[in-house]
Amino acid sequence: MATASGGSEFVDKFPDEAAIVKASFLIAFVSLGIGAFFGLIQALHRTNVLRVIDSADYYTVLTGHGVLLAIVFTIFFLCGVFHWAVARSLDRPAESALFSWAWVGLMTTGTVLATVAILGGFVPNLGMSADVLFTFYAPLQAHPIFYIGLAMFIVGTWLAGADWFLSYRAWRKNHEDERIPLQTFMVLTTMIMWYVSTLGVAVSVVFFLIPWSLGLIESVNPLLTRTLFWYFGHPIVYFWLMPAYLLWYTVLPKLAGGRLFSDPLARVVFLLFLLLSTPVGIHHQYLDPGIAEGFKFIAMTNTMFLLLPSLLTAFTVVASVEHGARQRGGEGYLRWLGALPWRDPAFTGMALAGAMFAAGGFSGMINAGMNINYLIHNTLWVPGHFHLTVGTAVALTMMAGSYWLVPQVTGTKLYSRPIGLLQVIMWFVGMVFMSNAMHRAGLAGIPRRTAEPQYQNFEFLTPIGSIFELRVQIALGGTLLFLSVVLFLFNILLTSLGEESDRPVDSYLPEPLSGPEGSPRVLDNLAMWTGIAAVLVVLAYTLPLAGIIQNGGGLFGGGLPVPATVSAGFDLVATTVTSAFNTLWGVVA
Amino acid sequence: MEIHAYEKLWLALALVLIVGFIGTITYGAAGAGIEMIDDEGGTVDPATLDQHPKFGDPGIERTGENSYDVYVVARQFVFEPGTTQPLRVPADSTVTFHVTAADVIHGFEVVGTNANTMAIPGQVSEFTVQFEEPGEYGMLCNEYCGSGHHVMEGKIVVMEQDEFDSWYEQQQADGEAEN
Repeated sequence: MATASGGSEFVDKFPDEAAIVKASFLIAFVSLGIGAFFGLIQALHRTNVLRVIDSADYYTVLTGHGVLLAIVFTIFFLCGVFHWAVARSLDRPAESALFSWAWVGLMTTGTVLATVAILGGFVPNLGMSADVLFTFYAPLQAHPIFYIGLAMFIVGTWLAGADWFLSYRAWRKNHEDERIPLQTFMVLTTMIMWYVSTLGVAVSVVFFLIPWSLGLIESVNPLLTRTLFWYFGHPIVYFWLMPAYLLWYTVLPKLAGGRLFSDPLARVVFLLFLLLSTPVGIHHQYLDPGIAEGFKFIAMTNTMFLLLPSLLTAFTVVASVEHGARQRGGEGYLRWLGALPWRDPAFTGMALAGAMFAAGGFSGMINAGMNINYLIHNTLWVPGHFHLTVGTAVALTMMAGSYWLVPQVTGTKLYSRPIGLLQVIMWFVGMVFMSNAMHRAGLAGIPRRTAEPQYQNFEFLTPIGSIFELRVQIALGGTLLFLSVVLFLFNILLTSLGEESDRPVDSYLPEPLSGPEGSPRVLDNLAMWTGIAAVLVVLAYTLPLAGIIQNGGGLFGGGLPVPATVSAGFDLVATTVTSAFNTLWGVVA
Repeated sequence: MEIHAYEKLWLALALVLIVGFIGTITYGAAGAGIEMIDDEGGTVDPATLDQHPKFGDPGIERTGENSYDVYVVARQFVFEPGTTQPLRVPADSTVTFHVTAADVIHGFEVVGTNANTMAIPGQVSEFTVQFEEPGEYGMLCNEYCGSGHHVMEGKIVVMEQDEFDSWYEQQQADGEAEN
């Protein structure tokens, strides 16, 4: 510790944790760079502006783009933020640095294996590929090491969660009557949601896809593995979003010059996500055969209620930012907006991300609308939507947050604020071009996930503008987004190479206006909330899964490659669960 | 727990919005009668699709005065019928589609309409469409299904009733001649 003031900085106080955060961010940012480059290739290829690859290789690029950005970048960044947040808010180091490195190592190994399998798709002679996209729907098959890498990655995240729970348990011993610090509360509830939801993908990968890709079982039930994917595939959306929410609730108000409006409401919001994130996955399957309409209706209702925590967040975050603006001398109904620190890239990036999330929320309501969804299902509307949500609300918040977080773990000042500001604005502008065009292209029926959306038998028609104009906007937007990532990586790299500073950034976070004291303690009863979340999942999924297994060709699809006894056992379990559920339902209703 | 007045108001408005959304969707499903793809279509063994009474020789089949059944098989990278032969239907008719997949998961989208479904091996998607004016529609696969996914497309031709009738009778005659 060079000076007395240096001792209060995160990197000086928690050097081991800072190293873990740095390692997590490093892998996140390398993935971001590669994934964004793939995105550029796609934007130019599918609009027919520039085609440097074969159309058959487009799907290798697309798989890389999806996996590296939606899984590796987001989740490694989450791990960095959560590790920082737990150490900071509990004011204690992790229980074992070795254990922390173990999960970083496991997740990294998994990432490398899956990435090698994906990139193998470029080398036909290798006999290794994973052109199955981010959703890896069977019976499309990837090389076993893709699934094995994925499983290692998920287990790594479980260990990371265990790391944070161990910290919390150790903290609790000396703080018996205290409320869980807000940031730790956010981390723990998010991780419980993750444990509940990753069970689906773990079962799918470990029991079905790995044995099947190794040739140990002949076939899988495609609807079953697809349903198990979406059991996990919607909650992962909130796993991306929760670190962004953590930053919006606990960091953005400070950057705006104020403090969080309400701690209790923040807790309520995270609990709602814990409860409602998983029993909604079937809304990705509105157009699937083999799932009764009633189950789709339940998923739709839960999904609509999931709007609530996001609408509450909009209120609290805007109120906190307004409070900050007024602290800085802002006045009037809207004139206070001018008093905000718009020159700070961390603030501006998060604020723009939040604004875009509102737009993404509205397009998401269309997706969630069970019947209107038919118009846009699997069209370019859908990636248009999620580039506003995960692609901006999450990714731009993570990049903007990095301008404030990275200096805390490197101990160096941000290399350039103006470049940072340019970068976040460029992302916003690029996304305005690309995303509005994707939404409109979707309304014209142009499909997503395709190398050449130009067909022989028909032309797409658009009510306003032209298909050509949409293509230009997508290509232009994609190029701006890629350049924005280049600026970001360049800025972060030069930041980390800079000279150490005693006070790299103002890292103090003020207490909320309304603290946790006034809120019921039951909010902190994690065991109870976990139980309720589990019950909701059982209610939403038991019957659809039983139906898919019983009517859709059993656990393994196609004939019955399972020994009869095993299969009879599974049937028995399914029947028992179903009848138990029916009885329960009878009692309730 | 202290909840500020504006927070309460916002919470109430948010709930009204949510209930409103659920209400409109429920109306669309129950009132306006927009049907969902569900489990009504039943299941089929993808391995023996060729021997299936309907999917073995997919196409259109008259079931009533103005109503028809259409069986479509999606496989890498064609619709049968649709790709090599256009799928022909008569104008002013009610057509119930039965769509399945032979190999991997596909999508079935009639471009510019809300006729859209997943095609999953082992499952049959069933939905009913009203065709009115004669004309042509494009169809495409909207779920990634392999390296040739982008070439998977087809055409639906909506024909005048009498034109369709003579084509249909010819089809029936050809079919019987083959047997």
